Amino acid sequence: MVASTRRGDAPPAVAPRRGDVILRIRGLKKHFQAHGIAALGRRRPPIRAVDGVSFDIHRGENFGLVGESGSGKTTIAKLVLRLDTPTEGEIRFEDADVHALSGRALNAFRKATHVVFQDPNSSLSPRMRVRDIVGEPLAVQGVRGKALADRVAEVLSLVGLNPQAAERYPHEFSGGQRQRIAVARAIVAEPQLIVLDEPVSALDVSIRAQILNLLRDLQDRLHLTYLTIAHDLAVVYQACDRIGVMYLGRLVELAPSEELYRDPAHPYAKILLSAIPKPDPKLRHAERLPLTGEIPSPAAPPPGCRFHPRCPIAVERCSVDEPEWRELRSGHWVACHLA
Amino acid sequence: MQAPQTRPEPGTRSPAAGDSEVLLSVRHLRTHFFTREGAVPAVDDVTFTVRRGEILGIVGESGSGKSVTARSIMRLVPLPGRIVDGDVLFRDEDLAALSQGEMQRLRGAHMGMVLQEPMTSLNPVLTIGNQVGELFVYHPERTPQGFSVRGAVLDILNRVRIPDAARRLIEYPMHFSGGMRQRVSIAMATGCRPELIIADEPTTALDVTIQAQVLELLLELRNTLGVSVLFITHDLGVVAQICDSVAVMYAGKIVEYNDVESIFDRPRHPYTRALLRSLPQLGTRMARLPSIEGQPPDLGALPPGCAFAPRCPSVVDACRAQVPEPTPLGERGGYVRCFVADDELQADRAAATRSGGGGDGR
Repeated sequence: MVASTRRGDAPPAVAPRRGDVILRIRGLKKHFQAHGIAALGRRRPPIRAVDGVSFDIHRGENFGLVGESGSGKTTIAKLVLRLDTPTEGEIRFEDADVHALSGRALNAFRKATHVVFQDPNSSLSPRMRVRDIVGEPLAVQGVRGKALADRVAEVLSLVGLNPQAAERYPHEFSGGQRQRIAVARAIVAEPQLIVLDEPVSALDVSIRAQILNLLRDLQDRLHLTYLTIAHDLAVVYQACDRIGVMYLGRLVELAPSEELYRDPAHPYAKILLSAIPKPDPKLRHAERLPLTGEIPSPAAPPPGCRFHPRCPIAVERCSVDEPEWRELRSGHWVACHLA
Repeated sequence: MQAPQTRPEPGTRSPAAGDSEVLLSVRHLRTHFFTREGAVPAVDDVTFTVRRGEILGIVGESGSGKSVTARSIMRLVPLPGRIVDGDVLFRDEDLAALSQGEMQRLRGAHMGMVLQEPMTSLNPVLTIGNQVGELFVYHPERTPQGFSVRGAVLDILNRVRIPDAARRLIEYPMHFSGGMRQRVSIAMATGCRPELIIADEPTTALDVTIQAQVLELLLELRNTLGVSVLFITHDLGVVAQICDSVAVMYAGKIVEYNDVESIFDRPRHPYTRALLRSLPQLGTRMARLPSIEGQPPDLGALPPGCAFAPRCPSVVDACRAQVPEPTPLGERGGYVRCFVADDELQADRAAATRSGGGGDGR
């Protein structure tokens, strides 16, 4: 492995995860430039949605990205799926540069990656039958007829739906069942990596655990790798092996889930953990770390550490020097001067 | 049944600790939606009581009837819905007897409402100042003494801690972040110093850190203004943090109603228990999350008997035959609708008599 020593570019530790590296992200940046009416004729500073992110995902793991709205987690998902092009940096899937793929290699990449979106009410076409929705990723690969129908029936039962569901339309199903349809569609072409973008946040509480368990079962049975994106830390903690915490386009901490929960190092990660309402009235007055102000505009991120204007322990240095992305302990990375 | 005769009818007293006067009393409320397929009982025999300064959490999944309950209280049930039975007593006044005009004077002035998505509940083409100011134009009698409309608007925006409010009066909702928009909604809901705020999933669309700020603001308003809050949510974590009492709804009915400690420490209804167990929590990573199997029922085709029976792990024959009536819980108005929980209660009571009382463990 060639380790670059540029700041913000250092590779995360090779965590003792299940397999080799399947997805490698280095120095990833995505800046959006306002055009047309939004720019109102002026040249505005670009929105730095993702601004220098590096991490690895290992085969067979569930890697979670958490962060508040505007932290850049969904942009990373889009870049990973090649639904958008990075401004800078590299994404390597199975050691191939995703954004340099073309022709047959690009086809293979499309087959090997898939996505499950947040809201199955809007991600499933209301005018398509379930068999067409679920079968589409295979149909575009040229699979037809009985082979297609059989495979659709097979994945429908894998996700816990009756194969007869194939003839029906999405509106005939409940929210949880619709998300099962979306999962069936994601696994039908036997992908290796699935991006789960807020997979349960639109679902009812009693259904969430069902879908999380289903995703875990499928991961084991089909040897899948997941990139889970969510704002609910409790969900990510339960679902993921490792978690990266994002703030304003940057990773501020990356650690195995247990360790991040037990021993968070970055003040923002600590605040995020303490802000989760604990389902126990006796912990009502548990010390909640205050977070003042709001997330600054990604068009003008603060100098030094991006979190320093809201950080309860910031010192002079934090407003000047950008903290390095460094390994605190094996597999536990943080960007903070004071951690 | 050896229940003491002094017990109130279930739900007609608040199970929360305290003794302030009753502000809102909902009795046997039924709101049905009349569709082509027939009447859908969105709210079916709902009874609860809220005292002044109390925060009642109404918990349930989509379709459980929690929002329709709130709208029935405000008399804002959308068509084809209609309140078919029951009473809503607000400040001892029967709201059903009020004219539309009287009801309109009540809304905004005495009852405020905060909705889930502040982007859609605020008018995008009105400035924040004009939008909040409308409140005092419609309710001049509720404008604080000696304040101009502008002054009153600034006062309430400052109270919900909108920074630099004077400058921001001329800005539009799109200039505000999600958290700030929800603060504006709360300012509008509380501007006339209402006695009751109905908050329908007010923090669901917000990030956790912003949610914490908004919850703190609601608690503070309760503490300083003594306002009561009907807090509708699906998030049991939020309920544990701010509510005094809790009503758990399933398929249009309150299945369990009690003070917040009892709901979390000694949940009685199998649905409440399953809900608490299935919460993804921090602390221990589980190989499998306990889940509630099955799907929420279709309100248009409810099974006879208890609506939770098809998913219930403790189901007995009686559950499928008959709808369980409310059984009192504790001495303060709480109740549970469950045959099985009832058996457990009796067993508890028997054990308590044998051991000479106590037994609550708290």
